[in-house]
Order: sequence, then structure tokens, then C-alpha cells
Amino acid sequence: MPTRGSIPLLSLRGVSKHFGDGDAAFVALDHVDLDIDSGEFVGILGASGSGKSTCMNILGCLDMPTEGAYCVEGTPVQQLHPDVLARLRNERFGFVFQGFNLLRRTSALENVELPLVYAGVGRRERERRSREALALVGLAGREAALSNELSGGQQQRVAIARALVNQPQVVLADEPTGNLDSRTGRDIMELLMRLRRELDLTIVMVTHDRDIAGYAERHVVFSDGKIVDDRLLRGVAA
Amino acid sequence: MTATLALRALARNKMRSSLTTLGVVIGVAAVVMMQALGAGATARVTGEIAGLGSNMLIVLPGGAGHGAFGSNTRGAPLFTLADVDAITREVGAVRHVAGVSSRSIRAVVAENNRSTTLSGVTTGFFAVRGWSVERGRLLTEDDDRQSQKNCVIGHTVADDLFGGQDPIGAELRLHDLGCRVVGLLETKGVSTFGQDQDDFVAMPHTTYARRIGGDDHVGTLMVSAVSEERTDEAKAAIESLMRQRRRIRADEDDDFTVRDLREIQNILSSVTGVLTTLLASVAAISLVVGGIGIMNIMLVSVTERTREIGVRLAIGARSSDILSQFLVEAIVLSAAGGLVGAALGAVGALVLSRVLATPFVFPLEAAALALTVSVAVGVVFGVFPARKAARLRPIEALRYE
Repeated sequence: MPTRGSIPLLSLRGVSKHFGDGDAAFVALDHVDLDIDSGEFVGILGASGSGKSTCMNILGCLDMPTEGAYCVEGTPVQQLHPDVLARLRNERFGFVFQGFNLLRRTSALENVELPLVYAGVGRRERERRSREALALVGLAGREAALSNELSGGQQQRVAIARALVNQPQVVLADEPTGNLDSRTGRDIMELLMRLRRELDLTIVMVTHDRDIAGYAERHVVFSDGKIVDDRLLRGVAA
Repeated sequence: MTATLALRALARNKMRSSLTTLGVVIGVAAVVMMQALGAGATARVTGEIAGLGSNMLIVLPGGAGHGAFGSNTRGAPLFTLADVDAITREVGAVRHVAGVSSRSIRAVVAENNRSTTLSGVTTGFFAVRGWSVERGRLLTEDDDRQSQKNCVIGHTVADDLFGGQDPIGAELRLHDLGCRVVGLLETKGVSTFGQDQDDFVAMPHTTYARRIGGDDHVGTLMVSAVSEERTDEAKAAIESLMRQRRRIRADEDDDFTVRDLREIQNILSSVTGVLTTLLASVAAISLVVGGIGIMNIMLVSVTERTREIGVRLAIGARSSDILSQFLVEAIVLSAAGGLVGAALGAVGALVLSRVLATPFVFPLEAAALALTVSVAVGVVFGVFPARKAARLRPIEALRYE
């Protein structure tokens, strides 16, 4: 593993994001500085409208800052061609959404294969790695199940397998337990914790649920587009 | 790779996919069917004219007109029986010559009557046409020489006027002239021109001239050449003979026209060709309408699948991947529609050709063209929705409700 020195994995410097313009302009992020190092488990908290989701979208290269700089391993992403950004998302990031966002009427295996399709991986290799990923999230044997035949917890597991199948460094989870009951939510969190240990993942998770936030080692709290609290927690659950 | 994605996306929505293709299916089916029927009609026309004898020539009064069948008869002298004799005598490449004068007339038997075509014919007529009798006899030299009031009739006339009874020996009144039926012609069927060839009465030309026409003029001359190869020779010889007999100077145009059947065949083919083209262009318009249908559904599909597009972009799809997926979906839809349409069109043409009693000709070229066009339609009408999909920004697509 190459030494990265003091360069953080993900780094926001003076990042602002405005929506709309003129009088209707809305400042979603206001000069935010944030560094995330490899291996961290960061919980991003805040009320709705506080800017936490906007921050997440910028971290995932789904959206661009209006002002300031965002660097992934020291490389500023603003100037990158959209196709390069697509490859960056494909190789470095795994996304887990609140609403699972699986393809409808499509088998678990095909859903998990999708990032590999876009990465240009051959069919056999694709299938092998997708089966492995499904086994990793405890869904071995359910490869052929269609997305609408699976429970919410199972769908989120498929989504996690999809996020992990291309071996990303970072998992970006936006309210991953938001659509699940608390017990299933805890199961999903346990799964993420285990995968993090086994795969040496960096996880950034947006949530407004204090219990779920308890799984994170570091809390970054947003309010009105600014970071109002950023602290490391000890005695992490699990 | 994107092809697989596109096929999977289509398979997920089988009902909608098949309904979307319907427009193209109908368009291609229409094109193929029209072309097949056109080709069948042309084949039938060609076949019938070949059946008439490709060695047949028809001499009409009047110079060559501008229209397909038109000849300018105004002021041109009619033919006479002397012309018939002259051609028989002087043109070596000719086998049979007949003079024919026709008019429409009311034929009466007891209380039955029917409007039909009456022709006064010289005896060579039946040999030129290759017609023979089913019962009785044909008109003879004697009939002609003696201006006998004898006639031969076609089946339609016989059936209509005599019912089931044997017409041979019975009397038929034409105008105020009583004629004895001596022969019943074999059934000839409906001609290419849509004329019932069995709705026909023939009498000796001398009788016709004296009793019906009132003068010795002959309407048209029908000539059969010795062989198909010598048709052109016969045509040239007749032309020069007629110019000489009609005293036409070298700098003047003909005041008569010699047509051979190949010419008529070409004219008819061009007519059916034009009709086929017209019908096919109407069909082609429906193909375009089908394409617009595909575009519509693809646009709806892009809107409906905005979140899906967002997810694809988030997990690493480039906008070119999205573009090609939607484009391939549109092309697959239209190509599938084209294939099904070509098959349906062929079946439809087969059925219709049975009904219309025309030969079935599968228009391979038209089918290939329709398929190509339907794929092109897919590309043209698929590009717009696909670009719309590819231009979505990931975050906006993901947020779309």
C-alpha cells in the first residue's frame, strides 16, 4: 500500500453550494472545510435542510461545489471530464441509498453486476464477483430473486453488494436505514461494520437517527450549511 | 454490453415494448403488402399479355398520341378491307390479318336483353386471337362472302340471354337484325383491362358493314406475325406499306399507329408501377408515424426511468453509456417491428393474392428496404429521447420523484 503522507483521502476546502440565484438563492453549504482519512467511519448529522445531503453528493462526485475545492487523494475533481468522474464513481465509491434504488423486476445478480458492466468487466468474471459480493452480504442462494420479491432489508443488502462489487475505497451511505424498521436497520448496520473490518473500508454515512449515528466513530454535525460540531467518539458500539 | 442492458430493459416491459412497435409493424406490413400486390399485379398483366401472343400487332387509325393509350384519331382516314388484303398479300412476316369494327349494341332474345359489344370481323380474326369454339363453328369465308346473318357469341352473352338452353341455331336480335347463333366461344375470362371478354358477339364483317356500320370502313387491324422474333420486321413492313397506301409524304407524320403488345405491356407495367409507388409512399408515411410513436414512448420511458438513470450514473455509467442504451432500445424496437411487419405483410399479401387471384410474388427488395428504413427510423427517432436521457445530471436524476 503506497504511503499517502499527510494528504487526506477526501478533502473539502472552503466549499460552498448555492441553489438558484438572485433573491431566491439558497445557500446549502457555506464555506465548509472537511477532511476524511482512509479507514474512517464518519457520521454526518443535522436537521433536514442543514446541508448534510448536499455535502454527501459533493463527496460522491454527483454534484459540484459552487465555490471552493474538493480533492480526492489530492486531485481536484472540478476540472475532470464527466467520463473521468463516472470512472471515479465507478472505481472509488460505492453508493447506498435510502430507497435502495435497485432496478425493478431484475434479479439480485443482475443488479449487483451493473457497476461491473460499466467497468467493462467480462461476463464470467462479472458473475463470479457478483456471486461473491452477494455471499458477503448473506444472500448466497438468492441470486435469481427479482428485486420486487425481496424484503426491504434484503433489498438493502443487494444494494450494499452492488456498492461493494467493484471494490471501492469509500462507501457513501445516505440514510441507509431510513426505510427499514429499527431491527432490520441494526442488522444492516452490523453488516456494514463487519464489511468495514473485513474490507478496510472508509464509510461516510448521512443520518438523522441518533441510534444509527452511534455506530460511527466520528460525528460531523451540520446546521444551516455550516459544520457546527466535529468530534471523534470513543467506545464505539459493536 | 449496452445491447444486453437495452434488451433487459425492454424485456422488463414486454407489454409496452410490443405496443410501441405496433406502429412500425403496421407501417412495414403495409409497405411489404403493397409491394407484393403490385408485383403480383404486374406479373399477372405480363402473363396475360404473353398469353395473348407476343407476336400480335394492332393497327389503329390516327398518329401516335401523347397519352399512354391515346392516339389522335381526329381527321385520320379509317382503314378498309383493301388494307386487310394488302397486308395479307404484301407483308411476308405476317401470318394472319383481321379487320375488326366494333360498337356497343343491345342484343335481344325473346324477353331477355343485354347490352354487349358487337364486332364485325374478317375470318382471320379468330386465328389472330387464337380463339376457338366450345360448340358449333367459327365464322367462315362463306359467311363473309355471302354476308350471312350468322354470329358467334361469348359465354356471358349465352348465359344471360339463353339461360341454360343451347344457343346454337337460335336467333339473336341485334337492333332490328335477326342473326343465327352458329358458335359458342370458349370462355376467355376477364382481361387485364378489366373487360369481360366473354361479353362479346362477332358477325362477318360484310354483314356488319351492310347492316350495322353502314359503310365499308374497318376500325382496327389485328395482325399476328409469323414469330415473335419477326414482330419488329412485320411492324416495320406494315408501317411502310400503310404510309405508301395512304400517300403520306416523307416529311409528314403517320396518321395511323402500329402497336405491339410488348409496348402495351410496358405501358401497363408503368401504370402498375406508378400505382405501387403511390401506395408504397402512403405506407411509408405510416412508417414515419410509427417512428414518432416510438419516440413518444421512449420519451415517456426516459422520464419514467429518470431515477434509474440517476442510479446508473452514480454507479459509473458514462453519459455515452446511457445514450447508447436508449438508442439501442429504440433500434431494437423498430427493427423487431420491421421483422414482424415484413412477415405479417407477406402473409397478408399471400391471403389477398388468393382473394384477388393474382400471383403471389414476395417483394424481397421491398422487404429489405422496409427493414432498413425501420432501423433508420429507430435511429432517427431514438436519438432525441436518448440524448435527453444522456444529458441528465446525476444528482437531479437521483432526486427525481
